[in-house]
Amino acid sequence: MSKTYYDPADLRKFSEITEWGEELGNKFFEYYGKVFEEGALTAREKSLIALAVAHTEQCPYCIDAYTKDGLQRGVTKEEMMEAIHVGAAIKSGATLVHGVQMMNKVNKLDG
Amino acid sequence: MTKLKTQSLQKKGSDLAQSNKQLDILSNGIFQNGELPTFKTKISETSQFPLTAKKLEILQINVGYMCNQVCDHCHVDAGPDRKEIMTRDTMRQCLEVIKTSGAHTLDLTGGAPEMNPDFRWFVEEASKVGVKDFIVRSNLTIIRANKKYYDLPEFFKKHNVHVVSSMPHWTKGKTDKQRGDGVFDKSIKALQELNAVGYGMPDSDLRLDLVYNPSGAFLPGDQSAMEKDFKKALMEDFGIEFHNLFAITNLPIARFLDYLIASENYEDYMYSLVEAYNPAAVANVMCTNTLSISWDGYLFDCDFNQMLELPVNSKSKHISEFNEEQLEGRNIVISQHCYGCTAGAGSSCQGVVA
Repeated sequence: MSKTYYDPADLRKFSEITEWGEELGNKFFEYYGKVFEEGALTAREKSLIALAVAHTEQCPYCIDAYTKDGLQRGVTKEEMMEAIHVGAAIKSGATLVHGVQMMNKVNKLDG
Repeated sequence: MTKLKTQSLQKKGSDLAQSNKQLDILSNGIFQNGELPTFKTKISETSQFPLTAKKLEILQINVGYMCNQVCDHCHVDAGPDRKEIMTRDTMRQCLEVIKTSGAHTLDLTGGAPEMNPDFRWFVEEASKVGVKDFIVRSNLTIIRANKKYYDLPEFFKKHNVHVVSSMPHWTKGKTDKQRGDGVFDKSIKALQELNAVGYGMPDSDLRLDLVYNPSGAFLPGDQSAMEKDFKKALMEDFGIEFHNLFAITNLPIARFLDYLIASENYEDYMYSLVEAYNPAAVANVMCTNTLSISWDGYLFDCDFNQMLELPVNSKSKHISEFNEEQLEGRNIVISQHCYGCTAGAGSSCQGVVA
């Protein structure tokens, strides 16, 4: 198989980014860890948000990571798919709402 | 999609039915080429090698590998086709040990322990000895499998048995995927029957705990969070109560190992276990206070070592020659499967350990 830009095994090496930038890397991972702690939202709810964002960002590493994380938390496949639809709805809504800008422009130029 | 599960690896004649093949896999590959450290190397880093047995607290007796289910993850490779069954003579030898040993907990497991024809006799005799905690690991569906088992909830109650039952998920789909078609509905019915005689109720002394183990190639989540989710869902959907949930990690042996290899998840799973290694869990792994007794009376550090045919490192190798002093302080026999008990908050037959 030819080389690809994404290698699933690279996810395991994520923490190595600190080797070429220790202070910022460590600050990032500390922040990241804090974000996913139980807070006003449960860790389970945060995991589902992360899964939806992973899809809208189209990050294959994040999709792998938060699919597995969800399974570990007992999240069902139906819940995962619903979360992705939330992401998809916002993405498509964000596209379509710009249609108003297009309509405004048309009305101004050719109304 | 769920499927009917029917045969053990042994019945299928699979290579992985042989314990030496499993041990080969666990010792070679990523552990031989240095990609991942062996369990021995890992625990040596924190001066925890050799792992040694402390005072005996739990006697876990496997009364046979026969089971009415053939679950995907089963580390026993149990099933209806397994004929290994503990005899009454061996049970008598176990009773002698229960009377004389310092163990405060007796833990009967299988297969489905209730399928042993001498199960009820053994429970009656053992309950007379008066151990502090008398556990039977029931798969739940056995209670609904045949009329002769319908009275098990009453029987358990009569002998104040602590029932510990497997429940992979609060949804039908995930449960049946792991344990076979129809298992979820029967399990729910069995839990309701246990509740009806008093098991699992908030102030009841009749203990009913559930065991959760993941349905695939991933580790269990936080035990207390899972317990909350299970309690909420089982109460809302079915009015079921239970006491505690034990989250248990699947160890990479027998049918779960077969599944990991067939689904090409073995290496990733071993990485997950090693990455989640927690030295604090090592201090409390169950092999340090438990002794596992096989259907034919041999002694092992744990049920997993029993299935891998790794006998205790002691002169006392059989229940007939049980000597608590000789067994205390013995070196625990380890391999890479042990990572399963030291991942995250740790894993034991009583749930997390750290």
